[in-house]
Amino acid sequence: MTEYTLGIAGNPNCGKTTMFNSLTGSRQHVGNWPGVTVEKKIGHIKTGAHTIELVDLPGTYSLTAYTQEELVARNFLVDERPEVVIDVMNADALERNLYLAVQIMELGVPTVLGLNMMDEVRKNGKEIDGDKLAQLSGCSVVETVARHGQGTDELLRAAMNLADEKKGEWTPLHISYGPDLDPVLKEMEALIEANSFLTEKVPSRWTGIKYLEGDEDVIVKGRMANTKISDELAAMAAKVADHTQKTLNAAPDAIIADHRYGFIAGLIKGVVSYPVLSEDRISRSDAMDRVLTHKFFGPLIMLGIIYLIYKVTFTVGEIPMGWLEALFGLLGDAATAAIPEGYLQSLVVSGIIDGVGGVLGFVPLIMFMFLMISALEDSGYIARMAYMLDRVFKIFGLHGTSVLPFIVSGGIAGGCAVPGVMAARTLRSPKEKLATLFVAPYMTCGAKVPVFLMLSAAFFPENAATVMLTITLGAWGMALIVARILRSTVIKGASTPFVMELPPYRMPTLRGVLIHTWDRTWEYAKKAGTVILGISILIWAMMTFPELPADRIAHYEQQRAATQVEEQITAIDNAQSEEAVRHTFAGRIGTALEPISELAGFNWRVNIALTGGFAAKEVIVSTLGTAYSLGEIDAEEAAPLSERLVADPMFTKASAIALILFTMLYAPCFVTVVTMARESSWSWAMFSVVGSTSLAFGLAVLGYNITRAFL
Amino acid sequence: MGKPFCLRKAKVNQHLKIMTVSADGELGRRIRDMGLIPGTECKVIGKAPLNDPVALRLKDFTLTLRNSEADHITVTSAEA
Repeated sequence: MTEYTLGIAGNPNCGKTTMFNSLTGSRQHVGNWPGVTVEKKIGHIKTGAHTIELVDLPGTYSLTAYTQEELVARNFLVDERPEVVIDVMNADALERNLYLAVQIMELGVPTVLGLNMMDEVRKNGKEIDGDKLAQLSGCSVVETVARHGQGTDELLRAAMNLADEKKGEWTPLHISYGPDLDPVLKEMEALIEANSFLTEKVPSRWTGIKYLEGDEDVIVKGRMANTKISDELAAMAAKVADHTQKTLNAAPDAIIADHRYGFIAGLIKGVVSYPVLSEDRISRSDAMDRVLTHKFFGPLIMLGIIYLIYKVTFTVGEIPMGWLEALFGLLGDAATAAIPEGYLQSLVVSGIIDGVGGVLGFVPLIMFMFLMISALEDSGYIARMAYMLDRVFKIFGLHGTSVLPFIVSGGIAGGCAVPGVMAARTLRSPKEKLATLFVAPYMTCGAKVPVFLMLSAAFFPENAATVMLTITLGAWGMALIVARILRSTVIKGASTPFVMELPPYRMPTLRGVLIHTWDRTWEYAKKAGTVILGISILIWAMMTFPELPADRIAHYEQQRAATQVEEQITAIDNAQSEEAVRHTFAGRIGTALEPISELAGFNWRVNIALTGGFAAKEVIVSTLGTAYSLGEIDAEEAAPLSERLVADPMFTKASAIALILFTMLYAPCFVTVVTMARESSWSWAMFSVVGSTSLAFGLAVLGYNITRAFL
Repeated sequence: MGKPFCLRKAKVNQHLKIMTVSADGELGRRIRDMGLIPGTECKVIGKAPLNDPVALRLKDFTLTLRNSEADHITVTSAEA
């Protein structure tokens, strides 16, 4: 039995993931190894007596150190030394795809070139001579159409054959970099060889090239290995850079790129032949772009598509969401019946089933949203959206693709920040992604809507609709302004270049979309059983303990015994539940916060509700109801509470405005925070909690005092 | 072949040939990764609703580029 480790590399959009799914098939065991922003997937295949570990590397155009993806891919090749790399290529853009292949070959890893998307090549009337490419490049070449599963077995077999043949030996490709760089490279190689500098891992010429390119990652590693040699190499690179800058007006990395492309041009000269008259033939994709990215109709169509995603997610998704809610309701009832009344029952029903159920309730929404976004992504439309909107979002330090997370989070009131934050995955630029993650939860999600509805119905009954519209627009305004502030302070720096491929429109495959959707949905659902379970129990405990002392309970019992009138009993029950809430840790926090929160016009009741709202914004209205001693109130029927609020002399119009501002901006709900941490890092998620809450409080205080001064 | 001019000034559907790419660092790397090097032929096939970014058609594929990035590239007309 032989074990192989194979890496799959390739450009973004070359069908790499489709190939990975097609190769691992139903026998796959896919685990996600989350990095900071990138992940590599590992699948296992058993064929006959062999086991193959297949590692899907992030899609990259190059193997430099500029992006996280490139570093992950490169470090895997260098540190894990896979037996063979399968480079999946979009054969329709062979020249550009070979740019990555050539860099892998320079490293020396045995490479199989998978000429993917051969169906498109043929459709476009091009011809590719695979045998000739194999002969010229020295790699195995296999033609494939991954989306139809064509050539995948041959690809795997070729990779295994190559692994058996090479037995872990690397033979680096040697490209000439011209009369300016070649001599110095030769000197560098000699120096590197003589001192065995990094040679246990990478070829000496490769290290030299990386020093010429000024590759920070390699230079840091070099310094750690041997500072003296590293400095010598860096000095040689600086000297030749100075020379080429003067004579050719070009930095060494530009010269290296030119020569690599020169080498590639030589490779494909006799390999690719173009059809005559292809020049003016308008491809179907270009024809579609004439309409879909039209200056006037393009944005209109885009609005329509965004609206559709939103509509389908929240109207169709609501149906299974209702089933899930009913299911958890039944579970809760069953648990209530099965477990005797007491802490255990309360913990299981209110803590675990309600908490985890509340989180799992989002699963249908997430599923539907990803279903559509995956389809749009696979079709190539998301890239067009980014293209059309980039100019506007760039002003605020964001990226064209940021629009999607915004809308899904509630850019049209009623979304949800959890799938919204997950939709930020389509962003390839790290800084813009962080800013988008931070501000997307400001949007009016479905859980905030009842709060706003209740408050506008209570305090602005004539203008309720206008208030709701103002809130939605205000959320957009705040999101964009805060993004701008973030991008000029904490995540400062030039915007990520928008040099981006516009892939031809393709019909998404059902299988691809389903796998995508399933992966992302499962990732979310898994969390419900772990982190969220723990926090749910904690929040339950905070709102339950400590309980009222026995003498207070006895006091209420006495009162109840003394009266026979139904209404009085309800009033006593309400008074008791109010005191009970105030007595718990959450209640004490609310009371303790009162001196500060008074600045914004919030009393202890509002404080409890807002604290609870951190668990889920749905809780704000119901907790406020409990705290205002109305007993259990349904979030959907907020009317009695609003009357109660208007009647409270301490809760004024100014408080209402402050509460609206605070609810709009303060810490995202707990599930969103966990999701955000997964998409970025815990420190960023925590910064978002603290930063947004401070901002929310500042604006609430401002809003409260201004309103009070004028009304 | 006419005088070199900046890619930003190129008209839609004009056939172009890249003369120089002066960007360095990450931007330069990204531009070169996509095959925009001296000698490459290309054509602006469209502009976004606010005239920025632009869609650039190369021999085998299409890419997008902001005007501020196009400023680093000079081209000449390659009309026959």
